[in-house]
Amino acid sequence: MRPKLNSTFNFGFFLRESLRAMRRNAAPSFAALAAVTVTLIVVGVFIPIVQATRSAANGVRGRVLVDVYMKDRANARADARVLGELKALPNVKKVVFESKAQALAQQRRQDPAAFALISGNPLPDTFHVYPNNPNNVLGIRAAIIGSAKRGASLDREIAKVSNQTQNTQKLLTVTRFVTITAALLAALLTVASVLLIGNTIRLSLYARRREIEVMKLVGATDWFIRWPFVIEGTIVGAVGAILAIVALGVAKAVLLDPLANNWTLIAAPHTINFVALVLVLVLAGIVVSALGSGLSLRRFLRV
Amino acid sequence: MAPQNPNSRTRRKPARSSAARTLARPAQMPTRTASPASPNAVIEFRGVSLRYDNGHAGLDQASFAIDRSDFVFMIGSTGSGKSTVMRLLIKELEPHEGTIRVAGRDLSSIPRRQVPFYRRNLGVVFQDFKLLPNRTVYDNVAYALQVTGHSRREIREKVPDILRLTGLSTKLHNYPDQLSGGEQQRVSIARAFVNHPPLLLADEPTGNLDPETSIDIMRLLYRINRTGTTVLVATHDHAMVDKMRRRVLEISRGRVVRDEAAGLYQRDESTREFATRMRATGERPEGV
Repeated sequence: MRPKLNSTFNFGFFLRESLRAMRRNAAPSFAALAAVTVTLIVVGVFIPIVQATRSAANGVRGRVLVDVYMKDRANARADARVLGELKALPNVKKVVFESKAQALAQQRRQDPAAFALISGNPLPDTFHVYPNNPNNVLGIRAAIIGSAKRGASLDREIAKVSNQTQNTQKLLTVTRFVTITAALLAALLTVASVLLIGNTIRLSLYARRREIEVMKLVGATDWFIRWPFVIEGTIVGAVGAILAIVALGVAKAVLLDPLANNWTLIAAPHTINFVALVLVLVLAGIVVSALGSGLSLRRFLRV
Repeated sequence: MAPQNPNSRTRRKPARSSAARTLARPAQMPTRTASPASPNAVIEFRGVSLRYDNGHAGLDQASFAIDRSDFVFMIGSTGSGKSTVMRLLIKELEPHEGTIRVAGRDLSSIPRRQVPFYRRNLGVVFQDFKLLPNRTVYDNVAYALQVTGHSRREIREKVPDILRLTGLSTKLHNYPDQLSGGEQQRVSIARAFVNHPPLLLADEPTGNLDPETSIDIMRLLYRINRTGTTVLVATHDHAMVDKMRRRVLEISRGRVVRDEAAGLYQRDESTREFATRMRATGERPEGV
């Protein structure tokens, strides 16, 4: 038999076919569109929330540090030595020195009345040691005070190391939990949206499986059948994304922006900006819908 | 060859039948079965077996050959394997044993990706018409051409032609659900034939139709056959087959149990004579 190899990609034809299919199968197409829109609205709301949560948690974790108090008699040379020793420790990001005088000035500013009664300076020289990762803070502390058996601290000029083990532990646990929960929710939401969109598409394909069967019988190649579905998915995804963005934009303009002026949490600096969010949503909508159509079709192409 | 036995059994019969038609071509003689293919055979089954997953035998060592421009009936009760033959021919199923050749080409040698191109050389008609419900008559027929990459101009020329041939000129813009069963089957035949395939397969084409309409459909198939297209019709309507007086393959439980030219008819009978004969012989025996 003469195999006619005419795989010319006729975009106009495929586009007309997909538009016709959407017109004729208005209900399933609308269901897919609604699924995409709703999912993207939820995702669009959730991305900034997850990001704000994470940046808040990171802000709290950023404040985790070890304070090292020097002995009263420590002189400038001892301070310099200890600074070097602290900086040499593993996992230390930075060490900030606060002299007796600076500490006094600081405290005085916070509580002028109390410090007016005190003569002299009872405050020691202090080092604020910041870990590179909040999780390492306890290890740094242990390194400074030395193991209990050895009984020797890092330097004999060190009087005391702040002991916030319990608080730090709690803080770390809570913030880690918050971060993991947010990430997990985001992952679940992504999976749920892909499944929802995929299922809706599959449903609309199922309604048209006879059509696909006929197409195969008259000798349509798999891609000839698939292209209109992929284009249809792309259109549904794009329209759904645009609808979702309009809804989000209206909500942002009406609800969030007035609040953001007097409520700093919402204007958190690390949340994604709106343009990037729009791009992410449009791309996600198109890719998920087009892929969903193309892949779901495979089941029905096996004739 | 493994399927020697069934071959000799089924093939000797046409040779014996003293029909006006010379069915048994040399290549079909048992002694020559080892030759590559009957030169004139459009369809050739050799020892084809197929078992379904549920253990039901679809076909059991079936062997037969159909020549170019033949009009052949395949009869048998439901579940006898008629549809299996059809599904094997459109390469929807693969045989477990034996070889199937269409126009000399072994179907098992066609890779999956080439199946659509192979199918474009077949016209297929089904009992349930299998029309696209959301397209007009015109678009249903045009789709078969669009699939094969015909230009719009060609489509505009060919589709009205074939619809005239099938008597649907006035129904161009109707949707399938606005047509009678007979008309729908005509659309289905038009779609199958619009590419002028060398082989037309019809699986119970009259199964859902009343006797008078069935005669019209058979007449249409006969007209197509007269253009040189080989036609294979599966049916369980014995009465119809008897009246048609064409070659008959009978399948029972997956085996070819009868293969004969069923009688005296002129090979170049006109469709009008054909229809007259169809209506005349027997007082509506198909109504039984």
